[in-house]
Amino acid sequence: MSMSGNEARMDLERIDVSRRRFVISGTSIAGGFVLGLPAIGLSNDVVGDEADSEHQIGFFIEIAADGSVIIGSNQPEIGQGVRTALPMLVAEELDVEWSKVSVRQMPLGIVKTADGYAWKYGGQGVGGSTGLTGNWDFMREVGATARQQLIRAAAARLNVPVSSCSTRPGYVVCSSPAAEIPYGDLVAAAARLDLPAESPPLKDMKQYRIVGRRQKTMDAMDIITGKARYGIDTREAGMRYAVIARSPYLNGRVRSFNDTEARKVDGVLDVFKIDGPEPGEPYLILANGVAIVATSTWAAIKGREALQIDWDPGPNASDSSDAFWQQNHEMLKSTGQVVVDDGEFDKAMAEAHQVIERHYQVPFVSHQPLEPQNCYAHVQEDRCHVIAPTQMPSGASRAAAAVTGLPRENIQVDMTRVGGGFGRRLTNDYVAEACMISQKTGWPIKLQWTREDDVKHDFYRPAGLHEMRAGVDGKGKVIAWTQRLVSASKYYRRPNMTEERLWEAELYPDDFPRKIVENFRLEYFHNPIGLPRGSWRAPAHTANAFVIQSFLDEIAVETGQDPLQLHIDMLGEEREMEYGNHGGPTFNPGRLVRLIKFVAARIDYQKQRPDGRGVGLATHFTFGGYAAHAVEVTVSPQGQLKIERIVAAIDCGFAVNPQAVEAQLQGGTIDGISTALGLEITVKDGQVQQSNFHDYPLLRIAAVPSLFETHILPYDDTPTGVGEIGIPSAAPALANAIFAASGIRLRRLPIGDQLQKAMAG
Amino acid sequence: MISFQVNKKPASFAGDRNTPLLWVLRDHLELTGTKFGCGIGQCGACTVHIDGHAQRSCITPVSAIEGQSITTIEGLASADGVLHPVQKAWLEIDVPQCGYCQAGQIMATADFLKKHPRPSDQDIDKNMTNICRCGTYVRIRTAIHRAAELAASGE
Repeated sequence: MSMSGNEARMDLERIDVSRRRFVISGTSIAGGFVLGLPAIGLSNDVVGDEADSEHQIGFFIEIAADGSVIIGSNQPEIGQGVRTALPMLVAEELDVEWSKVSVRQMPLGIVKTADGYAWKYGGQGVGGSTGLTGNWDFMREVGATARQQLIRAAAARLNVPVSSCSTRPGYVVCSSPAAEIPYGDLVAAAARLDLPAESPPLKDMKQYRIVGRRQKTMDAMDIITGKARYGIDTREAGMRYAVIARSPYLNGRVRSFNDTEARKVDGVLDVFKIDGPEPGEPYLILANGVAIVATSTWAAIKGREALQIDWDPGPNASDSSDAFWQQNHEMLKSTGQVVVDDGEFDKAMAEAHQVIERHYQVPFVSHQPLEPQNCYAHVQEDRCHVIAPTQMPSGASRAAAAVTGLPRENIQVDMTRVGGGFGRRLTNDYVAEACMISQKTGWPIKLQWTREDDVKHDFYRPAGLHEMRAGVDGKGKVIAWTQRLVSASKYYRRPNMTEERLWEAELYPDDFPRKIVENFRLEYFHNPIGLPRGSWRAPAHTANAFVIQSFLDEIAVETGQDPLQLHIDMLGEEREMEYGNHGGPTFNPGRLVRLIKFVAARIDYQKQRPDGRGVGLATHFTFGGYAAHAVEVTVSPQGQLKIERIVAAIDCGFAVNPQAVEAQLQGGTIDGISTALGLEITVKDGQVQQSNFHDYPLLRIAAVPSLFETHILPYDDTPTGVGEIGIPSAAPALANAIFAASGIRLRRLPIGDQLQKAMAG
Repeated sequence: MISFQVNKKPASFAGDRNTPLLWVLRDHLELTGTKFGCGIGQCGACTVHIDGHAQRSCITPVSAIEGQSITTIEGLASADGVLHPVQKAWLEIDVPQCGYCQAGQIMATADFLKKHPRPSDQDIDKNMTNICRCGTYVRIRTAIHRAAELAASGE
């Protein structure tokens, strides 16, 4: 569950380069069989150095003498289920009982090479729903190779040809002479065998016993007994606790501070300034501030409360949301950067029987994973140790290197279980802050953010004003389509980013209905604001799906067509269309037709409903996966909204773990609804106005209907990621349902009290 | 010095009497299963039982629990390791995603079911206010009903 960003993309590209390298074997310290990756890019003479091999073998599988299996998970677990799904792939091909498998979190593995750094355990990082797809073949090959080595060891022992041996879970089985040898008895011999040049063939998917079946969350027992360790639970010898008072003003500065009272707080050890980035420069950390180091978290928080800081409000002191939206409307009156211009848009629009134009507004929102940002760092003269809840451990390593000046091979990054990601932890600003404080004090430091810190200092999802215009012919066919967007692009304050490319983070040009509507234009305007922006679960898909799917519903209503039929007509038959960015390489609109028909049927879409009750539909293609939502609501005459029923369906190709796919679809849907209903970050006088869950009200259980169905519609043998697929179509389905129930079209998110106000007249 | 019991064992705290119980548990008693989420009693990630009642430990000063008995997620199962029915239901329904809020959800549910042994969906909606950022609410609702069944059948 996670998102893409520039940083994520860069890491993920490197994953592709490296993930299909081969495994080497050896014995673990405990005597088990270890299978792993050679350090990619290292020359053979280094890998072949026996004395060094303990360090150079990337741990993946360890089989103990008793047959229990430990599988390494190289990816961060942020709740998306990767610590369950990836080991499933290995266990399936290795042919072991799933109940015998446990999982160990691997640290960041990078090694220095002649031309930079290379992955030791394959690419690590979760963004863009790639954790599974990027490892699908690789993890299965790891399992299959280990199984083959065990078979070869057994064949040698029995002095029979390899072809007469096979496996059943945990055992090599020989037909003639009939024999069964437990894996545990073969590990020592298997570890001494050279590896074949090529990976053995993978299992026929029809034979799967583990993959494709519901497997429960690997760490559930630890979670429900309080034993699971998150970043915030880190406790190391000699550790001190730190918080930072960050500038409440966007790009504000510390003019001066008085720490007399703060230092009187029992437990406060040190107080000093932390320098943030220059306005406009790329971020290492988010803000200027003052750090407080103490003997406990509470002492640090109390110390911060006692601190007196004179802030220089800085260059964004007059920034406000009101001004931002006014500017957006003004900017739309001019011409922006035309980034896509298919067919003859102006001509088609001029010839249209009917032109429909609408404006939609999507707000800034914040990530708010429930585990606030935190990081343990211990910077020493020649090395640095970081323990962090992060989606991008290599970014943590880079952040630590940037702060300390240490070579990255001297920086150890350990990953914990992560209390939610949603894209917030693609950036490692909190790692850099912890390193700064540890470097300054010499102490091992655990930096803790409070909820207020997290709300006021985030890389927010960009806000935008969308102008949509469609030209429709006399038969109701859409013949021209344009989306004109003014937003605060997230591709800013980045190295090597040009003004001309800022739109790429905001408009995904191959989204529906490009190439379906021949005359198609996308236009972009950048309106910067001092708020930091970044990747928020399914990045721009959330905004664009809301806008496009709402507008399609409006076109249907305006032209007297049934919304479902308009979806079906426009999406059309199954066919592969090019999709160049954020989820391609291809998009098959027909797969959305199957889903929207399915959810419409499940919710009994055609049924006549009384006034005040209605159903809305929406679909979207996100990062290679397909989803549709049907939402049924009631709206009272006073404008009270109640979500009565939700039907969500996903086509993720092949569901590796249906249990987790269903969870992600439920969670994504709720995230979409929660955000649409009540979440917005606003700015006034250069400061974020929200501070905690009382004014940034994440959804609670009462708003989630008991009638909530999720369906997985299998398609082929290729899995897509699922962390972000379930969210984009949820909000427009809700808005369309509200219209069907009440006749009120909500074009501005969040919904807030707009319905009550509209009903009050 | 403030003395109290945590998970049936004696405990004490000699520092700032205003320190929230949450931080006493986490930083001083090393019971990190109880989580920090908001610090203002909104999200419920810090829920523990104080003399058997679910309370938000982030807004409970340690001075308020003198002589009282605290149960945290680490102490919810019986001494011989048998899981509480709510924990069993959470496992069976496979509720967690990131898992960070779940200790609080479980502690809140355990108390809720004492007051509403066979809850309706409306009872759940009215009384369960803990936040789950991952949106595991569908499974939480199922697991609450399942826990009620397990508790009723003595499991």
